Amino acid sequence: MTRPDFIVTRLDAAIGWARKNACWPMPMGLACCAIELMAAGASRFDIARFGAEVMRFSPRQSDLMVVAGTCTYKMAGAVKRVWDQMPNPKWCIAMGACASSGGMYRSYAVVQGVDKFLPVDVYISGCPPRPEAFLDGLMAIQAKIATTGKLSSPIIVRGEYAPKLTS
Amino acid sequence: MTPSQAVEQLRQRFGDAVNVPVLFRGETSVRVAREKIVEACRFLKWECGFDMLTDLAGVDNYGTEPRFEVVYHLYSMTNRCCLRVKVPVTEDDMTIDTVTGIWAAADWHEREAFDMFGLKFRGHPNLKRILMWDGYPYFPLRKEFPLAGMDAELRDPESGAGRVEVAPMLGGPFVPGQGSPSSILREPQQVDTIAEEQEKLAHPNKKESV
Ligand code: SF4
Repeated sequence: MTRPDFIVTRLDAAIGWARKNACWPMPMGLACCAIELMAAGASRFDIARFGAEVMRFSPRQSDLMVVAGTCTYKMAGAVKRVWDQMPNPKWCIAMGACASSGGMYRSYAVVQGVDKFLPVDVYISGCPPRPEAFLDGLMAIQAKIATTGKLSSPIIVRGEYAPKLTS
Repeated sequence: MTPSQAVEQLRQRFGDAVNVPVLFRGETSVRVAREKIVEACRFLKWECGFDMLTDLAGVDNYGTEPRFEVVYHLYSMTNRCCLRVKVPVTEDDMTIDTVTGIWAAADWHEREAFDMFGLKFRGHPNLKRILMWDGYPYFPLRKEFPLAGMDAELRDPESGAGRVEVAPMLGGPFVPGQGSPSSILREPQQVDTIAEEQEKLAHPNKKESV
């Protein structure tokens, strides 16, 4: 008996499956957290197990921005610009206390969380988070991609819904 | 040549423009008048062997007169010793001559002092902000500037990254409660913990509800 050479599935599910297993990160390494991001990419933690080992230093080729580190106001414009250059669909991880909330830098120079200007999907706690925690966040993103990336839903252009800063 | 010998020579050369050196924990500091700083630095470098500028910083002595100070940390590679030179700068006239012509290392340090305190280094080849962005309206290391920051426009507002917001300080890591008998209250805390602890202090005999 030969095995069938076709499967039946929904297009959404197939695309979601493909997307979630080929998440190319844009490593926005801004401070010490980036070191843990690099560790996650190295052999011991091996981010390749999740299909996300292709760190793209070009926003045009990436679909997951990982903001790893302290985002200062001086850098905020550049981060936002890189995000805007990434094609849809795209997702965003705020890695570490600084990216999530400003962390220990309650000061005039540091943005109090990159969600002030980026639509963050997953926040990872820790200062810095261990690579395992980052991989956990990546798996959360994968779960989200697999279930929410509907062709028919506006979620695909969700980058457009970036919150605007009040005041 | 030891630092004190260098200062002795400096005093012979410049007279009243150089104060009596202060020796504190083996470190020699000397105060030099603002008008003479370039000549004094040139003398220290070429005659006394202080060939390296390890640091240059501004200081805000808020509430005293003169308010500002520029501090030069010099090191001599040949004599292996350090010397600290301080120059008082008044608030009404915050200009001081640059020493970039003597030590090239002064370039970025002077830009930093300009960025943080608004000290203007006359003759500097490229005096613009180095840490904050061009067009930032304040000098953040001055004592009257709040740590939380002040409202300001970003360098590239068209990027959509918003503008500078005042950071929330209460409940943050840098706001200790002071003068309380409770060590918990003196720790930086969340607002609700503070209320809880104050309640406990006010009614010490009240049993905690289970
Ligand atoms: S969260 Fe901690 S480790 Fe990460 S960038 Fe901030 S200070 Fe560094």
